[in-house]
Amino acid sequence: MEALYFNGGLMSFYIIRRTMISVLLILVVTFVCFVFINLIPSDPAEVVLRVRQTPVVTETAIAEIRAELGLDDPYLVRYFRWLKDCIQLDFGVSYVNPTRTVIGEFARTLPATVTLALSSLLIVILVSIPTGFFCAVYKDSWFDKMARVFVFSTTSMPAYLVGLILMWFLSYKLKWLPTSGSGSFKNLIMPSITVAMTYISTYIRLIRTNMLENMKEDYVAYAKVRGLKPWRISVLHILRNSLQSCIVAIGMSIPQLISGTIVVENVFAWPGIGKLCIESIFNRDYPMIQLYILFIGILFVVFNLIFDIIQHVADPRVRSLS
Amino acid sequence: MNLLARIRKSKQAKGLLLFILMVALVGIFAPFIAPNDPYETNLIMKFKPFSAAFPLGTDHLGRCILSRLIYGIRPTLFLSLLTMLGTIFLGAFMGIMAGYFKGWVDEVIMRIVDVMLSFPSQIMIFAVIALFGVNMINVILANVFIKWAWYARMIRTKVLQYREKDYILYSKCVGSSGGYILRKHLIPNISAELVVLATLDIGWAIINISTLSFLGLGVQAPMPEWGAMLSEAKNVMMTNPVQMFAPGIAIILMVSAFNMLGDVMRDVLDPKEVFE
Repeated sequence: MEALYFNGGLMSFYIIRRTMISVLLILVVTFVCFVFINLIPSDPAEVVLRVRQTPVVTETAIAEIRAELGLDDPYLVRYFRWLKDCIQLDFGVSYVNPTRTVIGEFARTLPATVTLALSSLLIVILVSIPTGFFCAVYKDSWFDKMARVFVFSTTSMPAYLVGLILMWFLSYKLKWLPTSGSGSFKNLIMPSITVAMTYISTYIRLIRTNMLENMKEDYVAYAKVRGLKPWRISVLHILRNSLQSCIVAIGMSIPQLISGTIVVENVFAWPGIGKLCIESIFNRDYPMIQLYILFIGILFVVFNLIFDIIQHVADPRVRSLS
Repeated sequence: MNLLARIRKSKQAKGLLLFILMVALVGIFAPFIAPNDPYETNLIMKFKPFSAAFPLGTDHLGRCILSRLIYGIRPTLFLSLLTMLGTIFLGAFMGIMAGYFKGWVDEVIMRIVDVMLSFPSQIMIFAVIALFGVNMINVILANVFIKWAWYARMIRTKVLQYREKDYILYSKCVGSSGGYILRKHLIPNISAELVVLATLDIGWAIINISTLSFLGLGVQAPMPEWGAMLSEAKNVMMTNPVQMFAPGIAIILMVSAFNMLGDVMRDVLDPKEVFE
């Protein structure tokens, strides 16, 4: 049985199967987005007339537009036509500002969100891995206890409250950083810390328990018997083994990190897709919201796929389970 | 019930329950406890510090902060409780159906659950609210909509575990009806674990509802709500930073209380984990 997993045949079978399921899931995501835009209370033909600033909206004008847009076609026909447009990155124009295309607005704001997400990810990795490591190595020390208090208190705080407290402390009290906006590196610091905060506590806990579990394993006892130095065992053996599953977990949470910026961007007036989405909700700019949901949904499926495969390749234990 | 008896023995659980109960009572009897009308504006009295008439001062419209805080218990606490009740009800119903009847019922429900769980939850909340418009009922619907699948899956697993237990098989043998087995055997067994999970998730619901209100997508303007109060306080942060303390601390206390209670109840329920 063991030999089967190593000959590579089953491995590529797994990857192909997993990829096909993901493609199916992406189709479901697109279908949900299509249903979403069709559930809205207003008639798309009327919206188009308003967007084109037609002075008088008559019954015949609406009928003409309906024929032009193919709105009278069967549901599935319209779905596949919409899907074709999506693949060509044509998501229509904004309902609020017809001179702007949805994809254009999205492309304009996306870099800000990606910058924010990446810098938060960096903070998460730089803070949570060393903290989790020391918590496990010095279990029940004052450092471990402090970290536990930190983990508990941050899970009880909504992200926007963390943002407000930082804003009050760093901008108002110390006057170090600007309260909101974008443009310089200083503007990036507070939003990144705020986004990172939620995830830091999750990963401190994850790495800590993971390392404590690994410490009970036979290979650690063997390393001790061999007379290796304790720090060498902790870093080269235990940490290395614990990191693997943590990296996969962090990787899978990247889309969550990106969708998590939606609140923080609004607190700090950071001009990313999250702020665009909330503005669109207020303005009932449905094509914009639709693209946002589509984007995050696909991101989820793709990142899950990538890190599932990485985990499968890297960890033989997972392989034998599935 | 077993769980209640065990909770009664834990001092921590009793203390936390007492705290939550007290807050809830203050919320229910808000009109008798609040010193002032939470809606009464008075521009001359705006940003007043602590005083006998206004124990926590006044906000940017001269409204009494303490009164708004007390009235704010209602949406924050009761909407989140309502959310969890809805979630548990829908999740338990679907989970029990799937686990008990198996076959195609199970297949259909679990595929829906799979799709629900593959969607990012935060985004679904925003989608539901964007679609149906901004109001409190939609906030609850959105939260129930994204959360029920977790419960359905968990409860189904439990039902599958219990339905093969000897006493249920015996009950079937002596001719008990399906409904009787459900009421007398399955639900009592699952409910303890359900209560613990739900307690942990109330904190999550409070955070969600207050976040939506903070963004202006939840409880609407003149109505007092802690998240909305923080949003108003944020606008005057540079001139009157004191404004954000009361609602901020209130949220942290409330969420911590539920999180701690959930942790304590889990330990009480499952002594194995404590010794791990």
